[in-house]
Amino acid sequence: MPSLIKDRLIVDKPSPPELVVQPDDDLEALAGQLPGLAVVAVNFPKYADGRGYSIGRLLRERYGYKGELRATGVVALDHLQAMAQCGFDAFELRDGENAQAALAGLDAFSEAYQSSTAQSVPLFRRRAGR
Amino acid sequence: MYIYDDIDQRMVDERVAQFRDQTRRFLDGRLAEDDFRQLRLRNGLYIQRFAPMLRIAIPYGLLSSKQLRKLADIARRFDRGYGHFSTRQNLQLNWPKLEDVPEILAELATVQMHAIQTSGSCVRNITTDQFAGVAQDEIVDSFVWCELIRQWSTFHPEFNYLPRKFKIAVNGAEADRAATFVHDIGLHAVKDGDEVGFKVIVGGGLGRTPIVGHVIREFLPWRHLLTYLDAILRVYNRHGRRDNIHKARIKILVKDRGVDKFREEVDAEWAQLKDGPATVTADEIHRIEGRFTRPAYEKLADVDYTSLKTPFAAWLRRNVHAHKVPGYAAVSISLKKTGVPPGDATSDQMERIAELADHYSFGELRVTHEQNLVFADVRQAELHGLWLALRALGLATPNIGLLTNIISCPGGDFCSLANAKSIPVAEAIQRMVEEKRDSLDYLHDIGELDLNISGCMNACGHHHVGHIGILGVDKNGEEWYQVEIGGNQAPASLGKVIGPAFARAEVPNVIERLIETYLELRDSENERFVDVVHRAGVEPFRNHVYAKPDQRPADRRQALAA
Repeated sequence: MPSLIKDRLIVDKPSPPELVVQPDDDLEALAGQLPGLAVVAVNFPKYADGRGYSIGRLLRERYGYKGELRATGVVALDHLQAMAQCGFDAFELRDGENAQAALAGLDAFSEAYQSSTAQSVPLFRRRAGR
Repeated sequence: MYIYDDIDQRMVDERVAQFRDQTRRFLDGRLAEDDFRQLRLRNGLYIQRFAPMLRIAIPYGLLSSKQLRKLADIARRFDRGYGHFSTRQNLQLNWPKLEDVPEILAELATVQMHAIQTSGSCVRNITTDQFAGVAQDEIVDSFVWCELIRQWSTFHPEFNYLPRKFKIAVNGAEADRAATFVHDIGLHAVKDGDEVGFKVIVGGGLGRTPIVGHVIREFLPWRHLLTYLDAILRVYNRHGRRDNIHKARIKILVKDRGVDKFREEVDAEWAQLKDGPATVTADEIHRIEGRFTRPAYEKLADVDYTSLKTPFAAWLRRNVHAHKVPGYAAVSISLKKTGVPPGDATSDQMERIAELADHYSFGELRVTHEQNLVFADVRQAELHGLWLALRALGLATPNIGLLTNIISCPGGDFCSLANAKSIPVAEAIQRMVEEKRDSLDYLHDIGELDLNISGCMNACGHHHVGHIGILGVDKNGEEWYQVEIGGNQAPASLGKVIGPAFARAEVPNVIERLIETYLELRDSENERFVDVVHRAGVEPFRNHVYAKPDQRPADRRQALAA
């Protein structure tokens, strides 16, 4: 069983997701199901397949999904912070990825320039008047 | 220069720490080679033919003398004492050691520099007009907008793993000197009354499928710039092809969808983002403007050099450019001396150039996409002194805009992607000119001529938009060169191949014949090579180049085989 990091904790026996979103799924068609769901996963099929980042933001920001948003597939230490910025709060690490070490990946940067799910107000609006 | 605040500095420092950790994990065997590849690429580090190559970002081509001294120092300590200025206004080192790269990045961070996103499938260095801020035809100072976009694109969490690399160019003047029609996104500043906005061009590019970009919005008011970029990038990130690396650029998505459908998709996405928190504020634009150093211009009169007829006058004519402030001029420093690979500079030269920048141009300089350097703010009265100093360094070749100002990728001497060498071809063409009895007259008589060389179809040497473009191709393991003519950077047009490819030794002769054809056909000196190609077509050039029996491809091959 691969490790799951949820809310910055390592979870031993995660519940399976109720829905796994694939990168080319039509989100508009899935949107109706979201309100009743508690655990939705988004699959990252390859290390460098970035579609899931946009999907995460859309599920949170456009479709208002509030439950657990889990990144699954090829998910590794160096992905975690950007995924968290895009609305993911749970990370099912790929096989062989050390969960304890991976936690550090959430804190590589102390600030971000852009508007994102985690921080909708971009740095330039917070910087004003400094 | 844009001067970092504490947050900008922290981001770069944290990036160094992150890459140091990633490199350590890779060297310890805790990070697989394929994964590390993605991470090192996003820090400019390639594994090349003979050694790693590190591409250092020079955001929008702007450098301070202090930064240039640091680059000289790094090239000397960690490399072989020289660097290569690239067509994307960056600096490439060809021989650093992998394990030294975190230290190099730490050194760069001390002078507010980095190698962030200079390779990999992400938003790359933003490029612009080398005369930004000083051009007489300025609409806006494009540096300010480039910096806004630089910050937006730096570690953008949603767009770090795009289908393919993504290049954005910004032009702030009437003339397009940033090649906005051959970038993934080109932004061309326009004014509607007093309001600044941008014409948005999408889906241009060179490479193996050269395409001139499409205007998808005639006027995007400035405050919507970032939300609109977010919308374009999101459509591309979600729907760009990931199954075939050669079909993965945004130009293919735009082509497959059709421009109108693509525009509709972007607009639908933008409708959700427009006027949201990422809407640009006037405060931010003022903040960025305020963090740029500005030259303290004096009130000076223009100097009249028109009556001169000396080598200095030739340099004035080719390498000195008009400035918006009276009494000042912009100066191109040619890195295209015969025998030196185009764009190369040694550490010693960089240090001397830094001194000259301090003395003559407020301590700043720019890197051009033609692989030259520019001092943007030189007092006209000091041009002669600067010329003497540059000449002593071998940096006063009066060839800007002329045949020998060749754009060339590093090619097969350095690059593992190349099919053929580029640098020796550039040198052979420069020698062909130099060996003529009246080489300077010959060069100036031909007039404006862009000759661009790429060692493979990835087109780093921009051969499609050269008036003459040369492309290295591989035929059964041999290096051959295809020649195209009629390309142009702005207004953008793509060259047409004149016929079968040539062996390397034949290329200078082919160029000579193209020029003979041009001189024969031109109406006057005012009709440039590229104008003649557009007027008369490729045919007369082709006929002359392939004219004699011994020039026919079949015979040439027989002769070569014998």
